Amino acid sequence: MKRDEEFFKKIKKAEKTAQYAMFFTSLATILLLLSIYDPTLSIFNSQEKLYEEVVVDEDRIENGIHVRTGLKDGKGLMTVVNNCTNCHSAKLVTQNRMNAERWNETIKWMQEKQNLWQLGENQEIIVNYLVENYPVNQVGRRLTLSNIDWYELKD
Amino acid sequence: MLNRRSFVKKSVLSSFAAIVGAEIVFGSNMIDGYTPLALQEPDPFKLFKKNNEMVVLNDKPWNIEAKAHLLDDKVTPNSSMFIRNNGKIPENINADNWKLVINGESVKQQKTYTLQELKSKFKHYTYQLTLECGGNGRSEFNPPAKGNQWTVGAVHCASWTGIRLKDLLEDVGIKSDAVYIAYHSADTHLSGDPSKEPISRGCPISKAMQEETLLAFQMNGKDIPLAHGYPLRLVAGGWPASVSGKWVNTISVRNIVHDGPKMTGTAYRVPCKNVAPGERVEDKDMCIIESMPVKSLITYPKSGAMIKKNKSLNIRGHAWAGELEVSKLEYSIDFGATWQECELEKPTNRLAWQHFSATIQFPKIGYYEVWAKATDSNGVAQPMVVPGWNPKGYLNNACHRIAVKVS
Repeated sequence: MKRDEEFFKKIKKAEKTAQYAMFFTSLATILLLLSIYDPTLSIFNSQEKLYEEVVVDEDRIENGIHVRTGLKDGKGLMTVVNNCTNCHSAKLVTQNRMNAERWNETIKWMQEKQNLWQLGENQEIIVNYLVENYPVNQVGRRLTLSNIDWYELKD
Repeated sequence: MLNRRSFVKKSVLSSFAAIVGAEIVFGSNMIDGYTPLALQEPDPFKLFKKNNEMVVLNDKPWNIEAKAHLLDDKVTPNSSMFIRNNGKIPENINADNWKLVINGESVKQQKTYTLQELKSKFKHYTYQLTLECGGNGRSEFNPPAKGNQWTVGAVHCASWTGIRLKDLLEDVGIKSDAVYIAYHSADTHLSGDPSKEPISRGCPISKAMQEETLLAFQMNGKDIPLAHGYPLRLVAGGWPASVSGKWVNTISVRNIVHDGPKMTGTAYRVPCKNVAPGERVEDKDMCIIESMPVKSLITYPKSGAMIKKNKSLNIRGHAWAGELEVSKLEYSIDFGATWQECELEKPTNRLAWQHFSATIQFPKIGYYEVWAKATDSNGVAQPMVVPGWNPKGYLNNACHRIAVKVS
């Protein structure tokens, strides 16, 4: 009987050792897979990474366009971004076509009615940027229809 | 109330913005891959439940217009209605405790009504009312005019339900010196300055007392969508849509022509006398726009239709004329050399747009433009070219046209 008991004990010990071995092997496998597929362990800290992206990419320019605002890259771009896109969208700027005189009047109007601050030396930089990058197009009294999306009319 | 939920989410986002230390830019300015987006509704088409063919002119403030073919319905659904905002859309509106104050120099006494009282105390009326932005068509002016560059889609005719402003003013009691009514609203100024109103316009007492001038709480049989003025909107059909104030919380009865923001200077005004294109006009020579001019839109087919030679083409659309009725609608396929008359329906009610239709046979293959021209009950028609230039580019009622190819 004693030998049987000892035998059982040994078996149990062996079982336990095997379990430990299995556990550590699995752990090692997981760590190995992580180190291969996700070395920065980003699945554990996705929140922090999102914030980082915003800060890093804020003023990037792609194909000559300031991505955040859609404004054309050019001399004075950041002065325009910093002074002209706080209250309204840059889309309101780029839709419009004015000469320097009328841009200056518009700035004056925004200062009187819309709480725009004094621009100082930046005003000339801004107006030059606008006149150069968004010049007035002559459209006449009626334009030719353009950008027609031709399609087969059924029925 | 998806819209309201989205805006609650938006305020959660602003606390995110505080953590990030930078403003989180809305809409198309959004940076790719920036996931807190999931918290708000980044897509304006989903946010405002708009057809995704609508065109976003401006995302701060929101200004979105339709295309002609999206306006084909007789009664415009929300999905095709243009949005024109001067300020920021109000957040966290609670209709249950919404109040309307009636004040001003020319009320016998100031009075306050809850929204519930307005709904229960006064008779309800439903009208289809045409609202067109004063600047619809601005993009065609030369030299260019300042502002959102609307093309043809800043117009709609929805069905509005509410009480007559006239019934309310009679209940309050107004003095004989009353000249104008003005609205004040819950939207906020773009600069964030709480002491500034983005817009506060109105109309003469005579317009306010018309049967069709409503304080509306329903649009197309449902609560008014947030972007269109939930929970209470003044609706004055046939006049520049800026008269129809959204999110209204106060009506002031004035003994002068109202002098709120966008009433004075050059806003919603045109030169009292015609001027040459580009001419400088003094503020004192600018007059307030009242009734909108006669105009029409071909809403079917969409421009660019290609048809076979032996096929006829059915066209249809709508026409409107401000305070007046449209008495005639014609089309031309030869750039105005000859005109043919269309079928034209009577309006459902005064100030509703009218529907027209015609069947066109083309004489030979080639490129055509179908032009539509409406004439109002005073015999005044739409011009084929862009009408009188004005500094702010209002009232372009030039004929609409579509391109057609016959092969």
